[in-house]
Amino acid sequence: MQMYLPIAEVSVNAYLLLGLGGIVGLLSGMFGVGGGFLMTPLLFFIGIPPAVAVATGTTQIVASSVSAFLAHLRRKTVDMKMGGVLLGGGMVGAGLGVLAFNYLKALGQVDLMVTLFYVVFLGTIGSLMFIESLTAIRRARRTGGPVKPVKRRHRNWVHILPIKVRFRTSGLYISIIPPVIIGIGVGILTAIMGVGGGFIMVPAMIYLLGMPTKVVIGTSLFQIIFVTAFTMLLHAVTNQTVDVILGVLLLLGGVIGAQIGARIGVKLKAEQLRILLALLVLAVCGKLALDLLLMPSELYSIGDARGGQ
Amino acid sequence: MIRHAATLLIALALSLTLPRTGATEEVVMGLSQSSVSITTNFAGSDILIFGAIKRETAIPEEELDVIVTVAGPSAPLTVRRKDRRLGIWVNTEAVQIDSAPSFYAVAATGKLGEVLSQTEDLRHRISIPLAIRSVGAPDAVGDAQRFTEALIRIHSANGLYEQLDDSVDLQEQTLFRSSIRLPANLTEGAYRTRIFLARGGEVIAKYETSIDVRKVGLERYLYTMAHRQPLLYGLMALVLAIAAGWGASAFFRVVLRQG
Repeated sequence: MQMYLPIAEVSVNAYLLLGLGGIVGLLSGMFGVGGGFLMTPLLFFIGIPPAVAVATGTTQIVASSVSAFLAHLRRKTVDMKMGGVLLGGGMVGAGLGVLAFNYLKALGQVDLMVTLFYVVFLGTIGSLMFIESLTAIRRARRTGGPVKPVKRRHRNWVHILPIKVRFRTSGLYISIIPPVIIGIGVGILTAIMGVGGGFIMVPAMIYLLGMPTKVVIGTSLFQIIFVTAFTMLLHAVTNQTVDVILGVLLLLGGVIGAQIGARIGVKLKAEQLRILLALLVLAVCGKLALDLLLMPSELYSIGDARGGQ
Repeated sequence: MIRHAATLLIALALSLTLPRTGATEEVVMGLSQSSVSITTNFAGSDILIFGAIKRETAIPEEELDVIVTVAGPSAPLTVRRKDRRLGIWVNTEAVQIDSAPSFYAVAATGKLGEVLSQTEDLRHRISIPLAIRSVGAPDAVGDAQRFTEALIRIHSANGLYEQLDDSVDLQEQTLFRSSIRLPANLTEGAYRTRIFLARGGEVIAKYETSIDVRKVGLERYLYTMAHRQPLLYGLMALVLAIAAGWGASAFFRVVLRQG
């Protein structure tokens, strides 16, 4: 069934969008990620204009994050205070990101910038995760038992900065500067890449802030919901690029997929799950990198006069 | 004597305003639909353009040709070219196109280049390259022509620009019909539809009308809302997203408990 999208001004198959939402939702439910990093490139691929894809992808992230956040809230694994601090930074970052996005759009480099961001971030995170989970699996084989998480409470530069605050749920007493900076960084990524930023924030919270793993996901989801919602509003107001019909189709598939994915995820081992996710991230990264490195079949592209793509 | 000269001048002026071969042949035209509604399940539309040639004299010896053009609303565009910089392909040069139709189809009874002389094409801007207006390209870009060619190539590949040779059916030099396919990725606006009668490469009559392409219903409503009340629109999208997330979570919890 073909559907004409009022904002994207293209006609696409509704079942394709439902399926796309479903697959991304399934993966996001399995791995506990927002799935934006997969959704946005997939939308480019089926011919949705990049500006619309980035802005509309945020609706999917809000929906799947709300769904997952509620589960964490019931289990009381959310550090509201830390979330609030990250959020403050995130709002600032999102504003900066939308400004940067519009500036790049005027320069005609928005495609390049988005792709570069994807390649760099997905490449780095994917490789780190791949190596880490391989080591974990090897260690598990050697000891023959489940892996105990390594204690990561080393004192680093994070602990010598001023303005210290106590975060009770996380059991931390640290400066608020690092969380604010992480928040800003993730906010910028959200606006430019159309992703929630969970794949950056989760490792940053564990390795940089030293937060306990059990509160990390819930807290990052808390922050993601608000920053993504804010970004979506900014895109809607400044660019009019949020396509509600596209969004609804994606999230219908997405929320159902996420729930199924979450149930599959429980049955898999954590290391296996992580290695699968790492491979997936690296595959997306590789595809995008090839697009940059290989000579494109069409060297020319058409944008509107204001500089949009 | 002076009055005589004045009448002559008026006659001359009148004859200049009329088509050169006189109004001996005129187009009477019909459209299968004068407006196209873009609904939610819009998947493109075929428009049948048909008509007849009205004449008061006998059919001239020379073969008559009919050319039909349909043009979507025009807008300025930027065409960019990628080049290899530091090993990766980036947009480097850009050319502004002053005005290019979002859709353009030209159908003719024969090969367009054969039924229409170049002078007439220039005058009426009938062929695809002439439908695009590009006045000045920056000096930095030496080969601006290739940007226009690229625009035509990309739009043709997406079914937005079409040159349909031998696709106007003309019977008895009088009745003609042609079907033009409007693709699914249309933009809104008035689609200028022109019909030219040509004989020996010269245009002898023309007729013009327009097809109205509009989003209707939900499409219209959402589009207007997104542009007139962006904040409200954004909030609506947000509420939908949150409701879907919460709904799915609640629904699956209930289903799972019962299952």
